[in-house]
Amino acid sequence: MPLFDQLFNFAHWLTQNRSEAEDLVQETYIKALKGFSSFQPGTNFRAWIYRILRNTFLTSRAGLKASATVQLDEEDAQEIPASSGTPESIFLDRAQEQMLQSALEELPLRFREILLLCELEEMSYQEISEALSIPMGTVMSRLSRARKALRETLQRKLGS
Amino acid sequence: MSDDYTAKLTTYLDGELPAAEMKAVDAHLRNCPSCAADLLGQVQMKRALQSASRRYAPSPEFRARIQRQIASQPRAYIFRLWLTAASVLALMFLAFLAATYLGRRTLEREHAFTEIADLHVATLASASRVDVISADRHTVKPWFQGKIPFSFNLPELQGSDFALIGGRVTYLGQAPGAHLIYEVRKHQISVFIFQDRDVNASLGSNLGVHRHRSFEVDSWSQNGLRYFLIGDANSEDIRALALRFKAADRG
Repeated sequence: MPLFDQLFNFAHWLTQNRSEAEDLVQETYIKALKGFSSFQPGTNFRAWIYRILRNTFLTSRAGLKASATVQLDEEDAQEIPASSGTPESIFLDRAQEQMLQSALEELPLRFREILLLCELEEMSYQEISEALSIPMGTVMSRLSRARKALRETLQRKLGS
Repeated sequence: MSDDYTAKLTTYLDGELPAAEMKAVDAHLRNCPSCAADLLGQVQMKRALQSASRRYAPSPEFRARIQRQIASQPRAYIFRLWLTAASVLALMFLAFLAATYLGRRTLEREHAFTEIADLHVATLASASRVDVISADRHTVKPWFQGKIPFSFNLPELQGSDFALIGGRVTYLGQAPGAHLIYEVRKHQISVFIFQDRDVNASLGSNLGVHRHRSFEVDSWSQNGLRYFLIGDANSEDIRALALRFKAADRG
């Protein structure tokens, strides 16, 4: 099964619940199989199936609840440059993997999913754009804000 | 550290900078310890994030369930394919049955016309073609009373080229009927009338004038009677006489 482990991992991060993640993956495969004729050969299969999963999630009860917290004007917010601070280095000295996972869990859905697609799945901006159905410029700005949010969450955790 | 480059470091690390800018950042990093340290921190963060986010693995049971589900898809496809093939075969079989049925009906119809043609030829070849010789329909029609179990009307021929020669009782299978002989321009036309219920239903209600062997023939069903017209006259004459009989039966 193509991308099964990755899709399950991504689904679990979205739903934060094993049972719901399983339902989500199952529904994703069913939809992908039913709608495979809509997949255009030559286009990105990975982005296509991730888009199915994400859209399925967003229309689920858990997804609707999670996405309800999205700020409509988030993309227009002032861009904050990459920090020259060193939470990363501090983290690497002291951090535990669990702390990073906890920080990821705390991130809003829109930041969590884009970080996972970029850092874990190593998708290109173009692929992320296709998977999330957002423009390339939004990918870049949202990714930047997601990284900033993660750093701030880590800083807070390290400080506490 | 240059702010210009700091802003580009994450995009550089994601490999999304245009080629020219990638080279420029490469060159800058070799000469800027601050940016290099920042980049190193981001690389380590990226790796840590990769490791931390690879957190959830599907259970073997769930994997097996999905595999079964996916594996059932081709079977479902094969089932649909089989269903389609079975439907096609069933349609072919029904078509075969229909063709056989229609073929049988055609055969029965041909057989009926062959019998009629035989009666026509045998009568014309006999020394006494008719048992009642008269050109008057009012003489011929009553002659059949008591001889056949039904009544019929004969058409008025005044003003036409047709002439009634006479009639005789005949049998199609074991069914009694009337055999009338007409003449038009020296061509003999036989008109056979039977009860429709005694004649094979394969003949249909109205066949129209058509050729059977060397004869023009017509046949129709009207008011419970089955009419056959057969002769070597042209199809127009057969049709014209048939119309007169139809009109007489309606009258």
